[in-house]
Amino acid sequence: MATATFRIWRGEKGQGKFQDYTSEVSAGMVVLDAVHQIQAEQAGDLAVRWNCKAGKCGSCSAEINRMPKLMCMTRLNTLPLERPVTVEPMKAFPHMRDLVTDVSWNYGLKKRIPKFQPRQPDASDGTWRIAQEDVERVQEFRKCIECFLCQDVCHVLRDHHMHEQFIGPRFLVYAAALEMHPLDVGDRVESLRKDFGIGLCNITKCCTKVCPENITITDNAIVPLKERVVDRFFDPLSNLFRVFSNSKT
Amino acid sequence: MSQIDVPLSRGGFGQTQRADNWWVQPLVVFLGLSAFIAYSTWAALQGQHFRFGPYLSPFYSPELFGPAHEGWFGPNPRWMPVWVTGAMLILWAPGGFRVTCYYYRGAYYKAFWADPPSCSVGEPRKTYLGERSFPLILQNVHRYFLYLALVFLVILARDAWDAFWFDGRFGIGVGTLVLLTNLVLLSSYTLGCHSFRHLVGGFRDRLAGAPARKRVYDCVSCLNQRHMLFAWCSLLSVAFSDLYVRMCSMGIWTDWRIV
Repeated sequence: MATATFRIWRGEKGQGKFQDYTSEVSAGMVVLDAVHQIQAEQAGDLAVRWNCKAGKCGSCSAEINRMPKLMCMTRLNTLPLERPVTVEPMKAFPHMRDLVTDVSWNYGLKKRIPKFQPRQPDASDGTWRIAQEDVERVQEFRKCIECFLCQDVCHVLRDHHMHEQFIGPRFLVYAAALEMHPLDVGDRVESLRKDFGIGLCNITKCCTKVCPENITITDNAIVPLKERVVDRFFDPLSNLFRVFSNSKT
Repeated sequence: MSQIDVPLSRGGFGQTQRADNWWVQPLVVFLGLSAFIAYSTWAALQGQHFRFGPYLSPFYSPELFGPAHEGWFGPNPRWMPVWVTGAMLILWAPGGFRVTCYYYRGAYYKAFWADPPSCSVGEPRKTYLGERSFPLILQNVHRYFLYLALVFLVILARDAWDAFWFDGRFGIGVGTLVLLTNLVLLSSYTLGCHSFRHLVGGFRDRLAGAPARKRVYDCVSCLNQRHMLFAWCSLLSVAFSDLYVRMCSMGIWTDWRIV
């Protein structure tokens, strides 16, 4: 049976080093299978977070050959196995142990985004009516599994550590899902600019590239939000036009 | 906003464990954009060989000042320095549209500023301001350049129409097809712009009650999905259109007549 070398980060709280493990590999294996095999046969104390093994729970996020990926969805036959496969924890979050990072910053952040605020009910029985075509636009954003790979690859968080000023692609998608919802009447545009740092995104599209759910994060969520910020703060002409044309959203 | 307590490590410039050729794409973008900037600057400085028969180079269209009936506002005014060419008077508009385009921004931030060089590759600078302060906050004028770009499309459509008429008689030359292809690609790029997508419907949360607006929004969204492709194709076509007219005008290339 063929073998491959896995160069896995071992250590605690940011301190540690890569350690090489050679393991047998077979057809159909994913990186998480190999990590489990190493855990079972060579390193019983190797810490790795995982749950569904089906790309739906978003738990096994890591960096494989330095690209943020889900370990359970990265097949070994897509990697160059003639050289060591590096597996390391995400870089945008505090390291806990081995491949595990503390992503709780994201959960705290989510609570700060103004919640869904539906308009007055359309019918007397307290229900609403939404056209399918209107809700389809935000359905894409609901595919997010909160793996936080987009947060990890975003250079504003990863390299510049601007966690206090920028909410990152995941929560711009979340804000877009609320802001563009046909029922929602909440206003997050000012917060997006002043509190959530949308102006820090420089549209490198790395978030879109790593999204395991193939959400078009940049083009369908972030740029439309940036355009709404432009509407509010940088484009007096459009505002004037809409006032006179009495456009309603 | 919540704070991260544990200090995170920062990678050095170009530092990465990526095993793929991550540097190829930014290098291609760097070379492609540099080549276009070099050629367009050279062409804009020439001030001649931009017209051949019914063809007008897109770098010099509209021709604001020119001999006899060709210039919109007559011959060159006396106050204009002789070294100022027609292209210099107009290229700032389509140039500004491309410079502030959402696709190009992402591309040249990587290729020219290494901000970042590529996804998950270390950056050269520690400080970062993004697009929320001067000078990059000026990128928000993109939609105003879009308005100008739409006017240019109409002008280039007129040029493409004129390219069918050789001394008052209908005809089709290779140059006609070159200018027509350029118009199609520029239209696909301009009408697929993110700002245009927003202005035709993206600013609304509900489009169901406006079928015409919804159809336009869907068409623009369709073009927007291929915005990068059209950005590059139109960049090449506009440069080639100028080159074609220039080469024909200089007598180096022959414009073959099809009809």
